Amino acid sequence: MAGGYHLPDSRGRFGAYGGRYVPETLMEPLIELEEAYKRLRDERSFREELDVLLRDYAGRPTPLYYAERLTKELGGAKIYLKREDLAFTGAHKINNALGQALLAKRMGKTRLVAETGAGQHGVATATVAARMGFRCTVYMGAEDMARQAVNVYRMRLLGAEVKRVDSGSKTLKDAINEALRDWATNVRDTHYLLGSAVGPHPYPMIVRDFQSVIGREIRAQILEREGRLPDLVVACVGGGSNAIGTFYPFIEDRDVKLVGVEAGGEGLETGRHAASLVGGSPGILHGMYSYVMQDEYGQIRTTHSVSAGLDYPGVGPEHAFLKEMGRAEYVAVGDRAALEAFLTLTRLEGIMPALEPAHAIAYIMDVAPTMRRDDIIVLTLSGRGDKDLDIVSRSLGGLF
Amino acid sequence: MSNISKVFKDSLASGRVVLIGYLTAGDPSLEQTRIYAEALVEGGVDVLELGVPFSDPVADGVTIQASAQRALAAGTKLLDVLRLSSTIKKSLKTPIVILSYLNPIYRMGFRKFFEEAGSSGVDGVVVPDLPVEESTEFREEARRAGVDTILLASPTTSEDRLDLILRASQGFVYLVSLLGVTGVRRELSPEALRILERVRARRERPYVAVGFGVSSPDHVKALVKGGAEGVIVGSALVKIVEENLDNPSKCLEQLRSFAARLKEATKF
Repeated sequence: MAGGYHLPDSRGRFGAYGGRYVPETLMEPLIELEEAYKRLRDERSFREELDVLLRDYAGRPTPLYYAERLTKELGGAKIYLKREDLAFTGAHKINNALGQALLAKRMGKTRLVAETGAGQHGVATATVAARMGFRCTVYMGAEDMARQAVNVYRMRLLGAEVKRVDSGSKTLKDAINEALRDWATNVRDTHYLLGSAVGPHPYPMIVRDFQSVIGREIRAQILEREGRLPDLVVACVGGGSNAIGTFYPFIEDRDVKLVGVEAGGEGLETGRHAASLVGGSPGILHGMYSYVMQDEYGQIRTTHSVSAGLDYPGVGPEHAFLKEMGRAEYVAVGDRAALEAFLTLTRLEGIMPALEPAHAIAYIMDVAPTMRRDDIIVLTLSGRGDKDLDIVSRSLGGLF
Repeated sequence: MSNISKVFKDSLASGRVVLIGYLTAGDPSLEQTRIYAEALVEGGVDVLELGVPFSDPVADGVTIQASAQRALAAGTKLLDVLRLSSTIKKSLKTPIVILSYLNPIYRMGFRKFFEEAGSSGVDGVVVPDLPVEESTEFREEARRAGVDTILLASPTTSEDRLDLILRASQGFVYLVSLLGVTGVRRELSPEALRILERVRARRERPYVAVGFGVSSPDHVKALVKGGAEGVIVGSALVKIVEENLDNPSKCLEQLRSFAARLKEATKF
């Protein structure tokens, strides 16, 4: 990428991907959001306010942890974990929630709406809403409310209204539909605090920028520790926010291999998975042109993953572009391997990962042994596993 | 002049605004949709709008969402809706507008879709998630096939973008009457008359029809008074279908009589 990487273009495109495919009512609000963001992102007082919140409220920078026992067990490359599980509220979602909430405040909005899958983005949004005095409504699929009950309670304690979504597959996809409908209805006082690097322009750009703090910190931390950049950088991909935040500062470092790990569910061949890039095709969903899971008639398919946060039939358009350019590689890991990896990390390092990054752990358990001992892997551990203990205990069949 | 524009011209010349009636194709079956569409035309509907069911209809409220789910469960595909249009056109001259979200059309391919639509007698297409900025290639293919691309404008649309939309929209421009999604409302949104006035103030513009939440003869009367040249009624009709799933003959009668009451209100 000679001449530097400067995407999206003025039409919100990453190559062919991205754009803005929304009902007319949302067009002006998106343009207004884009203009406000472009004005504020370089404004010193905005940056300072956000930096202080990230440091004193969210607990940044998060550590880059050398996973010594996992490294020894696998017998290959040195493995570092970027500990987003230690960020306030338990996942990387707080980075974007703080950024967008500040933006919404500067835009004069008084209410936030958000979608949530696993509940982590909903909790992060409810948290910043409490901190900054916004009214807050979070949409969550009925199936996800059942499997992530603790997060539902957390959001309600924080003062957010959690609205149950019973349409479609009753998961993240349908929660986004409902949040978009709410936004169109209440657009004059409401900001839609979208939690992943998906949706219409400017969301994929804004979410990437606010999450890029992950990759920037990794870069500085690994240079300090090892004096060089990593050979392999790995993150899990649902909509792709922690992954794009991790990858973005490395895009122009061609020697750093970037791998995104999608949810293979019960196996790609069964069709019961959520691997849009590996097993989907280009299409239009939630305002963006990207890879989606669809049938031959263009209807969006029901997805499956043991991890609610990856259970989404689309993916951020920048990932579609990085895949097409060959700059990042995307693979799929199934439910079972993710559960095993959850257990491995818990037993070897005493760290319980969320089931989302457990997919990425499973991937490096395969590749680390094939790499040299002086190779370096950095994996973004995007969240902690407390929220998943019910699912884990059921899946492990009362093993403990 | 396209068939759609001609219907507007003739209707306005005879002292009525154009009545556009929406049904989701395939709810509960394609054959029933055909029968119901004919009943609407008998009742006085001037333009038929046939909805292609989609899994993720973000511009629609609960009534049309549920209707799309029933149509999808019945196995309705985009091509089926075009075939239905072709069947209806064998007995009726009523212009047909297809309403579809973009992905089913994208998946079929714009060119193939418009070839099929053109040969099925489809007169216009409305795509609720295709704003004017993203519509260049789509409109090009539509033009080749002689099909109108009907664009939407909404209460939030700025003056600059309204210019773009009014220049590009063919047949008529579809004004969204409110902030939000489709669905039956008790009251007409006050936003409806404001956006209508903004569009009416333009010298060069296509015909203007108002939809979203237009649910009763009273709403139609208010819009006629406010200068609408067409009114689009969707959820109120789909609700009749929903409430009479087990009684098709009653459904047909209700659709016909409701269309007639709406038609009564289109006089100015």
